[in-house]
Amino acid sequence: MIPDLGRYATEVLSAYGVTVLLLAAVTGQSWRRYRRLKAQMDDAERSRRDG
Amino acid sequence: MSIWDYANPKKFMDTTTPAIPWIFGGAALCLVLGLVWGFFLTPEADKFGSSVKIIYVHVPSAMMAINAWVMMLVTSLVWLIRRHHVSALAAKAAAPVGLTMTLIALWTGAVWGQPMWGTWWAWDPRLTSFLILGLFYLGYIALWEAIADPDQAADLTSVLCLVGSVFAILSRYAVNFWNQGLHQGATLSLDAEENISDVYWLPLLVCIVGFILLFLALVLMRTGTEIRVRRLRALERQAQRAVA
Repeated sequence: MIPDLGRYATEVLSAYGVTVLLLAAVTGQSWRRYRRLKAQMDDAERSRRDG
Repeated sequence: MSIWDYANPKKFMDTTTPAIPWIFGGAALCLVLGLVWGFFLTPEADKFGSSVKIIYVHVPSAMMAINAWVMMLVTSLVWLIRRHHVSALAAKAAAPVGLTMTLIALWTGAVWGQPMWGTWWAWDPRLTSFLILGLFYLGYIALWEAIADPDQAADLTSVLCLVGSVFAILSRYAVNFWNQGLHQGATLSLDAEENISDVYWLPLLVCIVGFILLFLALVLMRTGTEIRVRRLRALERQAQRAVA
């Protein structure tokens, strides 16, 4: 399935691996914070409305 | 309708929130398509062997690392001149994404440089200015965290962004300024004769679009988060005043 990368296999695979890992990390962190702040904001707005 | 309407946080959120999932979807589609195409379906290059496949992650990430700083420069200038809070928050939101792109470009450049140049790192003009740009990203993020007053933090980080722009420009044009060093010139050019072969160029273009869309989606989402942080603090202050 994986193409024959010859003597550059380590370099190519580590380049792709680190890229996917870092992009997933920044996306995951951004998404978690977005969800948490949205929930906090909704709570705050609700309690403000309810007095 | 003017672009300055989006300086209103509510208008910004109302417009961008529904678009974010679509932009993420486009980014995922382009990234999967481009990376699968580049990794599985492109041939080895004469000079580079299979290491040429690193181009699909190295070039887009390096481009976005520089372009993210340019975006931060524009939004910082908007803050300094027009005092729109959303623009300062957009710059703040873009910095960690830009830093991530810089780290990817540095790592993929190092693992590509080792077999091609015989070294992981060289104090080449482009590499050095790129490393300094990465340090500016770190300093920029640290400065936002270090200052409690958000407007003062926005002022000082905007000035830092102006200074760091020198290194963003150098990262892009160092090869042209100093005709020395190991790094080659631009991989892509508006002059078609200078471009790499279509067999590599087309999947690379798809990857670049994917990186741009991912950057855009992340910055819009993170800017929305920063706006909510501000709003929450304002509500907390309001509640404290009501109790007092």
